[in-house]
Amino acid sequence: MSRVEIRENRCKGCLLCTTVCPEEVLCLSDRMNSSGYKVVHVPESLQEKCKGCSFCAEICPDWALTVFRDKKGGQAHEKK
Amino acid sequence: MKKNDTNLLVKGNEAIALGAVAAGCECYFAYPITPQSEIPELLSESLVEVGGTFVQAESEIAAANMLLGATACGKRAMTSSSSPGIALKQEAISYMAGSQLPGVIVNICRGGPGLGSIDPSQGDYYQTTRGGGHGDYRTLTLAPASCQEAYDLTIRAFDLAFLYRNPVVVLGDAILGQMKEPIKNWKERVVLDGKGLDWSLSGARNREPRLLKSLYLSDGALAGHNRKLQEKYQAMRKECDWEEYRTQDAELIVVAFGSMGRIAKSAVRKLREKNEKVGLFRPISLYPFPEAPLDRLAAQGKGFLTLENNAGQMVDDVRLAIRRHADSGLHCVLPGHLANPDDLLGPIEEAMPAKAG
Amino acid sequence: MTQAIQTEEKQVFRLPDVLADTATHFCPGCHHGIVHRLLADVLDQLGVVQDTICVASVGCSVFIYNYLLLDTVESPHGRAAAVATGVKRANPENVVFTYQGDGDLAAIGLSEIMYAANRGENMTVVFVNNTVYGMTGGQLAPTTMVGQKTTTSQQGRSFETDGAPLKMTEIIAGLPGVYFSARVAVNNVKNIKKAGKILKKGFANQVQHKGFSFVEFLAACPTNWRMTPVEANERVGGEMIDYFPLGIFKDNDNDGL
Repeated sequence: MSRVEIRENRCKGCLLCTTVCPEEVLCLSDRMNSSGYKVVHVPESLQEKCKGCSFCAEICPDWALTVFRDKKGGQAHEKK
Repeated sequence: MKKNDTNLLVKGNEAIALGAVAAGCECYFAYPITPQSEIPELLSESLVEVGGTFVQAESEIAAANMLLGATACGKRAMTSSSSPGIALKQEAISYMAGSQLPGVIVNICRGGPGLGSIDPSQGDYYQTTRGGGHGDYRTLTLAPASCQEAYDLTIRAFDLAFLYRNPVVVLGDAILGQMKEPIKNWKERVVLDGKGLDWSLSGARNREPRLLKSLYLSDGALAGHNRKLQEKYQAMRKECDWEEYRTQDAELIVVAFGSMGRIAKSAVRKLREKNEKVGLFRPISLYPFPEAPLDRLAAQGKGFLTLENNAGQMVDDVRLAIRRHADSGLHCVLPGHLANPDDLLGPIEEAMPAKAG
Repeated sequence: MTQAIQTEEKQVFRLPDVLADTATHFCPGCHHGIVHRLLADVLDQLGVVQDTICVASVGCSVFIYNYLLLDTVESPHGRAAAVATGVKRANPENVVFTYQGDGDLAAIGLSEIMYAANRGENMTVVFVNNTVYGMTGGQLAPTTMVGQKTTTSQQGRSFETDGAPLKMTEIIAGLPGVYFSARVAVNNVKNIKKAGKILKKGFANQVQHKGFSFVEFLAACPTNWRMTPVEANERVGGEMIDYFPLGIFKDNDNDGL
């Protein structure tokens, strides 16, 4: 299952990622990081909708998002 | 370049250009302004001939910032101008002091304030010796009084700039720049070994990136940096340089630098022919100012008269130097007048201790 | 890294090593962070990280050296193009770029940028235009839009007294010495990807000694526009791109077709 990992200490809750996610899986959580910013998260219920397209990471100004895409069945993806 | 040790009849400006080439100057950034334009004119050819880089910039500000960039790469680099142009370069010079960059800046001083004149003047003394831009910094300053010294001190300026990683100013004036004298072009162009440049930028290849900056925002950081700079300025004290002429048995010491020092020397010679016991003390380094030798002369009970081609600036440093024993009289030749030795005889005689009573 | 249990997974989005592994001081939603990342990617892809010298300017981006791990020299406000000229003339083999804001480049540094461009200095200029002086708290800038309120145009920029915003990419494109001049934006993924390609061209030109390349980034400044990051991002896509059209305005490879 593809997923996005959020480095919460970096996120500033700007929500630009939420404007580009095709599946709208990202939204503001009520958790606050040590700098006092509310951080984004992917709610449990939406996790399997993530396609690993990394649009969110492309626009993140704080380099807070790491994206993993699952390998579909036999498709050989050599590790980049 | 011509064979060494040849006698060349050149202007002071040309001597400076020759000195820069001999010193291994690699980059020179210019902007035209009277009375120093011979420097860029000569270097636009002679520097390029030896593989150096010549750029005529869009302003003195741009030229000084190009100097900042080239010295950031550890190159021997120079810019030259005259008073109004030097005023424009002050911010960049302050940045070079803060980032510890070894730029050489030549000022062929002209009359001021404002557009002033293209006459000789020493009116930039304060600006040059107190750090003309913002912040506590100093630039080593050398003041030639002859075309040979202009050649020699330009070479020394490059060496000192790299020794202290600090901007160095060669302070001449319109007389020095425009007068012609034979000089010995004694120096083979120095071949640079690139040593001692582990601070300079070249691309972080297989090493940590290097940073040349003057911004220190964290608590106490700038204070620490300034303390280091001040220690450096103290260490420059050993670069003091001056000329003494017949001060041994003199009752009155005339203190004058650069072209004024040259003119005063002729006056002193004439007075010595009339057995007036007068001597000349000519500071060659204006920063660091030669305080100790002046203090020694003052301790011997001598009188002092400062002669300047401005409204009185170096006299402050003279008074500071001799304050424990004496004071200094002051005779100013205001820029716009060109003093000749005979003009100075009266003021010097008047200041003689026996007469002054 | 947590191991996925059933199927193998692959990391698809990688940050280049030249980009420091750190949080930034930029405000939430500030586009500088995106431009920094694109810059890091381009230098990494071209394999020139170890040959690059960054000429930093004065503004919100003054701390670029904390984020891009490159040899860097700090230039006085407005003088980066002249400092970069000195650097490039001294070290022609290094890749040299300036990173400047609209106040630094188009106000106090206008003379320097025009001349570096017209001399055709073989360098790359990264120009981030967010229509205000950000670091000093949001004052009127050369690219402030007519009617845009800033702390020094509180009734909105007036054409009569403050003139209209400067279109730097077109101005630079008009100079004979210039090889490449383009404007991009990073307000959505399509634009970000296009911006990356154009920025890469701007550096590839330099590596191939083709001359002066200029890339303008339209950027959001939520704090000083008094907008949320998302609103500011939308403003870039709307009002700004209308006035500052994206595209390549000069490209001597194929003269801007």
